[in-house]
Amino acid sequence: MDKPIRVLVAKPGLDGHDRGAKVIARAFRDAGMEVIYTGLRQTPEQIVETAIQEDVEVVAMSILSGAHNHLFPIVVNMLRERGADDVLVVGGGVIPDDDIPVLKEAGVAEIFTPGTPTTKAIEFIKQNVKRK
Amino acid sequence: MSDMDSLDRIGKAKRDWEEQKLEKLLAKRPERKDKFVTGSNAEVERLYTPVDVEQLDYLEDLGFPGEYPYTRGVQPTMYRGRLWTMRQYAGFATAEESNKRYKYLLEQGQTGLSVAFDLPTQIGYDSDHPLSEGEVGKVGVAIDSLKDMEILFDGIPLDKVSTSMTINAPAAVLLAMYIAVAEKQGVTSDKLNGTIQNDILKEYIARGTYIFPTKPSMRLITDIFEYCAKHVPKWNTISISGYHIREAGSTAAQEVAFTLADGIAYVQAAINAGLEVDQFAPRLSFFFNSHNDLLEEVAKFRAARRLWAKIMKERFKAKDPKSMMLRFHTQTGGSTLTAQQPDNNIVRVAIQTLAAVLGGTQSLHTNSRDEALALPSEESVRIALRTQQIVAYESGVAETVDPLAGSYYVEAMTDRIEREAAEYIAKIDELGGAPEAIDKGYIQKEIQDSAYRYQMEVESGERVVVGVNKFQIEEQPPKGLLKVDPRVGEMQKAKLEELRRTRDNAKVNEELEKLKKAAAGDENLMPFILNAVRQYATLGEICGVLREVFGEYKQSIVL
Amino acid sequence: MNLQERLAAGDVRALARLLTYAENDYPEAEEVIKNLYGRTGRAYVIGITGPPGAGKSTLTDKLAKALRARDNTVGIIAVDPTSPFTGGAILGDRIRMQELFTDPGVFIRSMGTRGHLGGLSKATQAAVRLMDIFGKDYIFIETVGVGQSEVDIVKTADSVVMVMVPGLGDDIQAIKAGIMEIGDIFAINKADLDGADRTKIEIEMMLDLNENKAWRPPVCKVVAVENSGMDILLGHIQEHRTFLSESGELVKRRARNIRNELMDLVRDRVMEFITRETGKKLTVDDLVQRIVAKDMDIYSAAQYIMEAINK
Repeated sequence: MDKPIRVLVAKPGLDGHDRGAKVIARAFRDAGMEVIYTGLRQTPEQIVETAIQEDVEVVAMSILSGAHNHLFPIVVNMLRERGADDVLVVGGGVIPDDDIPVLKEAGVAEIFTPGTPTTKAIEFIKQNVKRK
Repeated sequence: MSDMDSLDRIGKAKRDWEEQKLEKLLAKRPERKDKFVTGSNAEVERLYTPVDVEQLDYLEDLGFPGEYPYTRGVQPTMYRGRLWTMRQYAGFATAEESNKRYKYLLEQGQTGLSVAFDLPTQIGYDSDHPLSEGEVGKVGVAIDSLKDMEILFDGIPLDKVSTSMTINAPAAVLLAMYIAVAEKQGVTSDKLNGTIQNDILKEYIARGTYIFPTKPSMRLITDIFEYCAKHVPKWNTISISGYHIREAGSTAAQEVAFTLADGIAYVQAAINAGLEVDQFAPRLSFFFNSHNDLLEEVAKFRAARRLWAKIMKERFKAKDPKSMMLRFHTQTGGSTLTAQQPDNNIVRVAIQTLAAVLGGTQSLHTNSRDEALALPSEESVRIALRTQQIVAYESGVAETVDPLAGSYYVEAMTDRIEREAAEYIAKIDELGGAPEAIDKGYIQKEIQDSAYRYQMEVESGERVVVGVNKFQIEEQPPKGLLKVDPRVGEMQKAKLEELRRTRDNAKVNEELEKLKKAAAGDENLMPFILNAVRQYATLGEICGVLREVFGEYKQSIVL
Repeated sequence: MNLQERLAAGDVRALARLLTYAENDYPEAEEVIKNLYGRTGRAYVIGITGPPGAGKSTLTDKLAKALRARDNTVGIIAVDPTSPFTGGAILGDRIRMQELFTDPGVFIRSMGTRGHLGGLSKATQAAVRLMDIFGKDYIFIETVGVGQSEVDIVKTADSVVMVMVPGLGDDIQAIKAGIMEIGDIFAINKADLDGADRTKIEIEMMLDLNENKAWRPPVCKVVAVENSGMDILLGHIQEHRTFLSESGELVKRRARNIRNELMDLVRDRVMEFITRETGKKLTVDDLVQRIVAKDMDIYSAAQYIMEAINK
């Protein structure tokens, strides 16, 4: 049997809108993944430490406050510093198109904006995850 | 609605029609779907007749506007007397910039202000707190101290406008700052008009900007009720919000149920704190969402009014009619906006505006078309406001009271939503009330289940969202989106540094110490907070003191 | 450095990766444990079990903090159920432990049961060993908490804390057979709710029915969210630990647990072997089909498998 993909669904920053995070967490579970969900207001340090201890293959972050340009790259860099550069980092939320190339440049593999079907995110992960 | 005899005849005629006409037609030309449902997944019949509302007693269930149970509205003349308040939620980056936007909106004919705060402010952190990094000024204005508040309302006479502040956990602090600004303008607190959201339970359920645990949070709320009853009598002390519950994915009936269940908890807490129900209940107000299913939304607003009136009269034995009136603000549904073909959102907002007006709202915020992409631009905000003005002045729906009353469908649905909401409230009572039900994750789980079901319906194509899963086009990325100046954080930090250098720090500490002692005891905290604010204690300092005494709330999640 | 060296040197990522290998049944984890087996057996293992909603995660969080305040290092294994339909799982126990995330003296790992019954995942024991080798002083195992059949925790932990909440009432009667044997210490959480005292009395009464036990489990009231009662609870755990070591029970208990685990391990390996080896001629599924079709009887099928093993 295939070993389940382990994903951390994280809400960095201060915004409390977790509808998207919760829906995607469930969709990942229903796609056979093991989903670690840690709740609201996670600092980059908390996200990275959790990703490492849980040895996840994917970190999926959701942000709706507009702080993505600040927070996503920090998480990517901290993962790299800790040697966890094999982790696939994806992001979702209200993210203007102009910001997407910048975030990808910073190491976020893909950005999912509102209206993206959960199946698209699942497919992306399945195709791009580095299995351990 | 009709006497039994004619109901029987209608029922029989309907059956004949079904057997003789309908069956043949359906055999030849089936309907589009096997099952028709509302936006909230409630089943919809093909045809509604008087039989569907046979239980309806006009005088008892509908009555007259301005009279119990207020199904038809809270004022006798509704919009014939005065149109609803057109109130656009706005707040950007710094107090200076927001102040400019407010003045612009007032010039454009807006009649009330609505302040959006940034997340650090909502969670009680100063702009220079490490957790504020990247968030300062992003979703609203950053307010660190009375200084910022003075700038925010500079040149705006606080005795002339009504101001709604979307602030919850630190509501007492922001209200204190507002009162203090008014003092400086020479306006006494009894002349102040406006609303604070102050609804912590829905923060735990859906919105997430909580600070303190449930018990001290409820105490802060009842302290505000008590203080305002004496000193700020025209202030709406709470806006019990279903908006965010709906945004989190609830159905229309759940929105009513969980909002009113929260309302019950606040009333009970205030009564337990020794207040008389009629002393504070007239100042309670509500805040609902308006979605795309026009008629279901109208029914929802009517059902909410009727159910709340009954709750206040029967459960809490209110005597003052004002205690029984559910007055509400509406915002169109942010989660219904699509990032795809954003101009389509103008149409959605127009439908939602109609729903709110036909449902008898007291005030309305219309979302801007680009909100699924970024903060709204000035042009988008203007279109949103114009949408309200077109409904008000051109559509004709504001010319008579509750025009959809008597529609078999709308009345049947009003009953259905009221019934479903009452069942939820009974279940929540069983669990020990809203705070307990939240602690157990019950309410959150019910909402998540609805949200997930909705998402799956959209993905399977069962539910059509125009431009998203049907009628898609290739699009160019939108232009002219509003960007927050990334230097705002630095500017706020510099202001704070200056403030901490120039204010009387000994006095600040003295007031904070007094507040700390009072928080550990059971005195009303409003006067202490007001004194601290007057000395320019920062929001973060005041909330910090309270955090020390009260601790912090821990989220309850059941997935 | 290879994973083994890195683990021995206290590299958090090495521990995390080896836990993944243990969960995925990759041979690397077993190799490392084999090589470093001498370093196992030093950590004290505490099981946290109880019905859903009893507040197990919050209690674990607070106990871990109390132990950290005493300068002990802590490992936490939190198990959540895997969906039998999709194989997926939501592992949400960490939500209650946020302040521990960035404490370098704490390592938390969430696990899905991945089809294993009994309240733990199959890799729990290996995970305990890896954390033990890593050098954790205390290891908490939080069980799934879905019902009553969480007996595995007894086979894995040195002390088991049974977390209860007030107002269980008749439920206690119904589940006592299952739980009374499991708990070494009883903690009534949310003791600020009505009915805490009654629940305490009921549990005490049931525990008193079992007179001939050398250790009478203590019952204490705690309010985990308010961090109250943690010192008392921790005191009880220490008393139990002292009792176990002074009475020689700790050695016996661990020997019994190892025996159980050994038998489980052998059973697993035999099953694997059967599935692999018999498959060369007749697979287990083939045999089942034949038995169902009455082409073969179940005893002859068993005989067939035994012969395959003996070859």
